[in-house]
Amino acid sequence: MSALKNFIDKQKPHFEKGGKLEKLHSIFDGLETFLFVPNATSKSGTHIHDAADTKRTMVIVILALVPALLFGMYNVGYQHFLAIGQSVGLWSEFIYGFLAVLPFIVVSYGVGLGIEFTVAQIKGHEIQEGFLVSGFLIPLIVPIDTPLWMVAVATAFAVIFAKEVFGGTGMNIFNVALVTRAFLFFAYPTFMSGDVVWVRTAQTFGLGAGTPVDGYSGATVLGQVATSEISNPQITNILGNPIGFIDGFLGFIPGSIGETSTLAILIGAAVLLITGVASWKTMFSVFAGGAILALVFNMWGPNTAAAHFPWFNHLVFGGFAFGAVFMATDPVTSARTETGKYIYGFLIGAMTIIIRVLNPGYPEGMMLAILLMNIFAPLIDYYVVEANIKRRLKRIVK
Amino acid sequence: MANLIKTKRGLDIQLSGKAQEQIVSENSLISEVIALIPDHYRGIIPKLMVKEGDKVKAGSPIFHDKTFLEMNFVSPVSGNILAVTRGDRRKVLSITIQREAITSYQKFDVKPVSSLSGEQIKAQLLTSGLWSFIKQRPYDVIANPTHTPKAIYISTFDTAPLAPDYEFILKGQTADFQAGIDAIQKLTFRKVQLGIKAGTASTDFRATKNVEITEYDGKHPIGNVGIQIHHTNPINKGDVVWTINVQDVLFIGRFFNKGIVDLTKTIALTGPEVTNPRYFKTLVGSNIEPFVKSNINSTKTLRFISGNVLSGLQISANGFLDPFSSQITVIAEGSETHELFGWAMPRFNKFSTTRMYFNGITNNKLIQKLFGKINYEYDARLLGGVRAIVMSGEYDKVLPMDILPEFLIKAMIAGNIDKMEALGAYEIAPEDVALCEFVCTSKLPLQLIVRKALDNMKKEME
Repeated sequence: MSALKNFIDKQKPHFEKGGKLEKLHSIFDGLETFLFVPNATSKSGTHIHDAADTKRTMVIVILALVPALLFGMYNVGYQHFLAIGQSVGLWSEFIYGFLAVLPFIVVSYGVGLGIEFTVAQIKGHEIQEGFLVSGFLIPLIVPIDTPLWMVAVATAFAVIFAKEVFGGTGMNIFNVALVTRAFLFFAYPTFMSGDVVWVRTAQTFGLGAGTPVDGYSGATVLGQVATSEISNPQITNILGNPIGFIDGFLGFIPGSIGETSTLAILIGAAVLLITGVASWKTMFSVFAGGAILALVFNMWGPNTAAAHFPWFNHLVFGGFAFGAVFMATDPVTSARTETGKYIYGFLIGAMTIIIRVLNPGYPEGMMLAILLMNIFAPLIDYYVVEANIKRRLKRIVK
Repeated sequence: MANLIKTKRGLDIQLSGKAQEQIVSENSLISEVIALIPDHYRGIIPKLMVKEGDKVKAGSPIFHDKTFLEMNFVSPVSGNILAVTRGDRRKVLSITIQREAITSYQKFDVKPVSSLSGEQIKAQLLTSGLWSFIKQRPYDVIANPTHTPKAIYISTFDTAPLAPDYEFILKGQTADFQAGIDAIQKLTFRKVQLGIKAGTASTDFRATKNVEITEYDGKHPIGNVGIQIHHTNPINKGDVVWTINVQDVLFIGRFFNKGIVDLTKTIALTGPEVTNPRYFKTLVGSNIEPFVKSNINSTKTLRFISGNVLSGLQISANGFLDPFSSQITVIAEGSETHELFGWAMPRFNKFSTTRMYFNGITNNKLIQKLFGKINYEYDARLLGGVRAIVMSGEYDKVLPMDILPEFLIKAMIAGNIDKMEALGAYEIAPEDVALCEFVCTSKLPLQLIVRKALDNMKKEME
């Protein structure tokens, strides 16, 4: 450890002002603080500090995402071999999925961190760790057959226009990962909204060659519900076999890479709630809002498949759970007052179901609901703050 | 029965090195050179009244305020003016005084408090320099003598880490305390508000006459006078409340009892790096070297704080006490520590209020019994990089006030005076947000932000 420290210290002068590698100062700095806790001491105010910092916080979010990622990798392989009608065993399925998902992670981090480093260097800032989470979220919310160049373009767009122009980590109005997803959704609609992107049928690095079996259809559950002509269709997996709540909960269904398994997401939720990184108020309210509105539609809704899709199914299919646990709870773009979090969460859940049921164009509503509520979060906070101001003014009368 | 106010929010930080109840009192503990530092007094513009070489007595004016000419700031000792240090634009940084071995006091003509009017007391406090110990809210500055406050608050307990025990300090000085209270009482209409820690067997403070006692129960910062005001008589726009520290009431009491300015006070020397933490009798403006020098762990780089670890001022090893603190804290600086992968390590020896660390487990009584208690390590490192505010709801947990700290801080950063006013800036002093600064994962200098905002607000409003 001290050898490493000495090495770093020896390199440091090159990167400081006047050094020959001054232009890479931010990168060096980012690396140094990644390796060692910064030894900067307090210059004013409080002399001691809590050991929690933003790096720790971000790392815990990433840790919470790992179960969803691992299951996502496995499920990519599982769906692939199901589609081509081969049975190869768990490890082969996982390795196929691993190889298929890995490029997404590389592209997402490569593009995003590249832009972050460049901007940090231009502005003379420290590299901030916010993108560590966004870069991990992006691969999890895209369909597996999305071309990598699209992911690259979308990531670049999101990092520049949803984050850096607002001032970087902590300043953004919209969730960066969701802007990436929205960009893909609206920029390449013909490609992104069909039935073909959700299951990878091609081979990956020479693995899993084959052609889809007869009767194969890559439609997601919500896609089937949205296009159904009758009010209670039988939902099926990609081979046409009927599936139900438990399949959605465990996640053996087509969908974006990380969103399919509610179970894996709930493990992540447990990590976030135990560590206190995410607000239980937001998370709980999203589920509550979704469940209540879906129930309302179940009872009094129009005579469509989406309205009569059982409320508990709404919570496990599509991106509902993933959005509730990892997206709605993003502290920067969510409501920041404690009362506001209940309202914000509830409206996300409710809005998701409204979009799913009433909007014929979009089978899934989570992404749009969260982005919409991102806009309204400051308004919610505004009213909570106004209430506080009014309460404080009332004291004068007493 | 006194009123009882309970609060839930807050945090008691456990630091080792609490002062033992033993007072060391020797003349050698008061340094040869005493300093007055005008910057310690907030809200005034100093105008020097002496020059180098002048002879002064204890109680002689050294400088006065430019706005209120009668507001003197006096020498705590008798001796010669050693030096006047000036900075940019001839700003007075410090005035040092060479102390005489035997103090000669400036005599003031004082009458018993009961026979004096409020105006007479005010005039005497201003000339004797004791006015400088009365602070006002809003803005947390030295009180404006033209105001009449709606209340005067004194907190008789300090809940900050390793804070001195005023009950112990007060022993044998109750007559001075009572005289001080009686004098201050004449400056306002309401009775002086005395805050007492709930459940303590405090007798001396409880026996104080001519005051209204309120008991407070809760974690730090409940001992802060700002929190106590908020819960009993909150400051709205246009209100003025004055606050005085316990030991400063003693100065005022002594003055009216004896007719001299005697700024002797008891200081607690505390902190994990102090070998023998105890109380010391010394003087306002004294150098800390005499009682700190041979009493510290000298193997590390240390940080000396005049005050507590949350809101004290950093001073050097031979720095001077600031007039308002009753405590010196010595902690490790920590700048030589390089923790590898700190963000990923379990770091059992670090304290955090969040559950991102294992304090929930290591603080468990059963676990402590089985594996022993962990003494958390503290040093002056920020333990992270400075960021924009990311996490929400952190500050609320440690500020027991009906104030939305995050929004107030943001209004302060933006310099939005209307918002600051509406969100409670009049009630806040930097020390009240010290815990928010401690818990902030973005490592923002909140006390500095509040201080600057209050100064700016004062300038705009007056």
